[in-house]
Amino acid sequence: MTLDKNKKLELFRMMLLIRMFEEALEEMFSRGILHGTMHLSIGQEATAAGACLALTKEDLITSTHRGHGHCLAKGADTFRMFAELLGREDGYCRGRGGSMHIADLSNGNLGANGVVAGSLTIAVGAGHSLKMQKKDNVTLCFFGDGAVNEGSFHEALNLASLWELPIIFLCENNQYGMSMASENAIAGGSIIKRAESYGIESISIDGNDVENVYETVAGYKESILSKGKPRFIECLTYRYRGHSKSDRNLYRTDEEINFWKEEKDPLIRFSGKLLEEGYKKADLENIENEVKEEIKNSVKKALESPESSETNLEEDSYA
Amino acid sequence: MPEMSTGQAIKKALSLCLDNYEEAFLAGEDIGIYGGAFGVTDGLLEQYGENRIKDTPISEDVIAGLGVGAAITGMRPIVEMQFSDFIVNAMDPIVNQAAKLHFMYGGSVDVPLIVRGASGGGTGAAAQHSQSLESWFCHVPGLKVVTPSGPQNAYDLLLASFIDRNPIIFMEHKLIYKIKEDVQINDFPKDSSLLGKGKIISEGSDITVVSYSNMINTAKEAINDKKLEKYSVELIDLMTLSPLDIDLVISSVRKTGRLLMCQEASGDSSVGSTVITEVVSSEAFKKIKTPPKLLSGLHSPMPSAKHLENKVIPQKDDIINSILKVIENE
Repeated sequence: MTLDKNKKLELFRMMLLIRMFEEALEEMFSRGILHGTMHLSIGQEATAAGACLALTKEDLITSTHRGHGHCLAKGADTFRMFAELLGREDGYCRGRGGSMHIADLSNGNLGANGVVAGSLTIAVGAGHSLKMQKKDNVTLCFFGDGAVNEGSFHEALNLASLWELPIIFLCENNQYGMSMASENAIAGGSIIKRAESYGIESISIDGNDVENVYETVAGYKESILSKGKPRFIECLTYRYRGHSKSDRNLYRTDEEINFWKEEKDPLIRFSGKLLEEGYKKADLENIENEVKEEIKNSVKKALESPESSETNLEEDSYA
Repeated sequence: MPEMSTGQAIKKALSLCLDNYEEAFLAGEDIGIYGGAFGVTDGLLEQYGENRIKDTPISEDVIAGLGVGAAITGMRPIVEMQFSDFIVNAMDPIVNQAAKLHFMYGGSVDVPLIVRGASGGGTGAAAQHSQSLESWFCHVPGLKVVTPSGPQNAYDLLLASFIDRNPIIFMEHKLIYKIKEDVQINDFPKDSSLLGKGKIISEGSDITVVSYSNMINTAKEAINDKKLEKYSVELIDLMTLSPLDIDLVISSVRKTGRLLMCQEASGDSSVGSTVITEVVSSEAFKKIKTPPKLLSGLHSPMPSAKHLENKVIPQKDDIINSILKVIENE
C-alpha cells in the first residue's frame, strides 16, 4: 500500500485542484455570475483525494451535497463541472443538476446527492449489483456525520452487512451538521460504534492525513475483494467555509476555524511532509502553476459554453 | 389460454422477466419462503434461488434504495412493498432519487425499477393497510404509475413496465389478486407503449364512466345492473395513471356528453379531480350535457368494520345511483 513518488505528487495535485476549483467558484459567486447555492469542501480535500486514488475507474462512488472534491478526485473534468455550475450545455447534467447533483458514470461516479444520507441506500444497490455481476470492484459511499442520524444510514448498514456487500462506507466527519455540532447530535458519541454494532469492521482516522486516508481505503478495498463484507471508515476533518452560502458561522469560533486552518490543513501538512522527504520545492510549485492554469482555462472555456438548451423540460424527466 | 388469478398472472410475468433477463431480481419482505403476503411470489425462491429472490429485513427505505442503486448499475430490480401503505417509509428513494436521477443527471442515468405494492381496502385491514395512495406518485415527475384491474392487464402491464426504462409504481389492489380469467401468455412487447393507454371496456353512448384498479370491477357489475338497462354506458379503464390517457376520455365524453369518474381513493387532489379538470378544460366542454361527477372514497381513514368500510369505499349501488344522477339530472 505504500505510495510511490508519482502517487504522492498526484495526491498533492488533486488536493490543490479541489481547493482551487472551489476557490474559483467562490470568486465567481461573489461576482454574481453563479446562480444557486453551493457547499464547499475547502479543508476536507484529503478525504476525497486519498480515497479516490485508492480506487480504479471501475470502482463506484456515491457522493454528497458537498461533493465537488469527490467528483474531481474520481476523474471528472473541471471544464464540464464549471459548465454545470454555470448552467451551460457542456455541463455534466446540462444545467439540470448544478452543484449538488453531478454524476459522471463514465468514471464510476454514481452522483452527488442533495439529501443527507440519500446515497447510502443507493450505494447498497450498487454494491449488490457488483456482487451479482461478480465484479472485482467496490462501491465507496461518501457521507457526512449528519447522515448517521438518518434512518437510511441504519437500514443501509444493516442490509450491507447481512448481504456481505462490497462497500466502503466513508464518513467525512467535519464535526457539524449544518450548525449542529456532532457531539450534540450523536447519542453515545461514537460513529464507528454504530457501524461495529452491525458487525462491520470499522476504523476512525485522521481524515486530514491524505496518505492515511489512501492507505486505509486501499487496505479495506483489498480485504473486501478477498473476503467480501463491507467496511466502515470515519475520517475526522473540518470545513473552513460555512455550510452553504447563507451561513454566518454563528455556531463556532474564529479560534476554532483558525486552529484547523493553521495546524491541521491537509495541503500544508502534506506539502511540508513532501519537502521533508526531499521533494523539490520547484516541483511542487510547478504542479501548483499547472493547476492554476487548468482552472483558469476551464473557467474561461465554461463561460464560453452556450446556455443549456431549454428543450422540453417535462419530457426530460423520462428515459 | 390458461385460466389464472391476477396473483398467478403477476407471478407468471415475474417468471418471464427472471427467465429472460439475468439482470432481473426480486427483493422484498417475506417474498421468499413465505411466498409474499398475498402469495404472489409463492414458489419463486425454489425455482430461482436466493440470489435472485431476495428476502429482506423489514426496511422499506433500503428496499427501495437498493432498487435505485441496482437499477443505475445495470440490474433490473423489481422490489415489493408488502402493503403499499409502507411506501411512506421509502419516499426518499422513490420521490427524491428514483424519480429525479434521470433529470438531475442530465439524462445520463436511467432508473429501470419497478416498485410493486398491494393497495386498497375491502379486506378489513383498517387504516394503515388499506390505502390508495396512487395520486401521490402521479404528482411526481419522473415516475410512471400503473394500476391493473385484473389478470390479463396485470400480466401485460407488468411486462411493459419491465421493459420501460423509468421507475414504475405498480399498485396491485388486494381484491384483484383472486379474480380469475383466461390469460393470453404474451411475450414481451416491442416497447412499453401500453403504459399510458387506457382501454374502453364496454362501448356506450349515454355516459362515460372512467375508473381504474379494482373499482373497474365494481363498475362492471354496476353497468350491467337492470336499473341501468335503458342506458348505454361507456366504461373506460385508465390502467396507467401517469402518464394519463386523457385523450381517450375526452373523445369518449365528446361522444356521450356525460362523465362519471369513480375511484376508491379520496377525491381531494386526486386522479379523478385531474380527469374532470382535463375534460372540462378541453374541447369536450361544449359537448357536456350535465355536470360531471366524481364518485370517490370518503376523505376518511379506512375503518375496520365491514359496514363502515363499505361507507368509505364506493359500492356498486353508489355507482348505479351516480350514473342515474348524472344522466337524469338534465
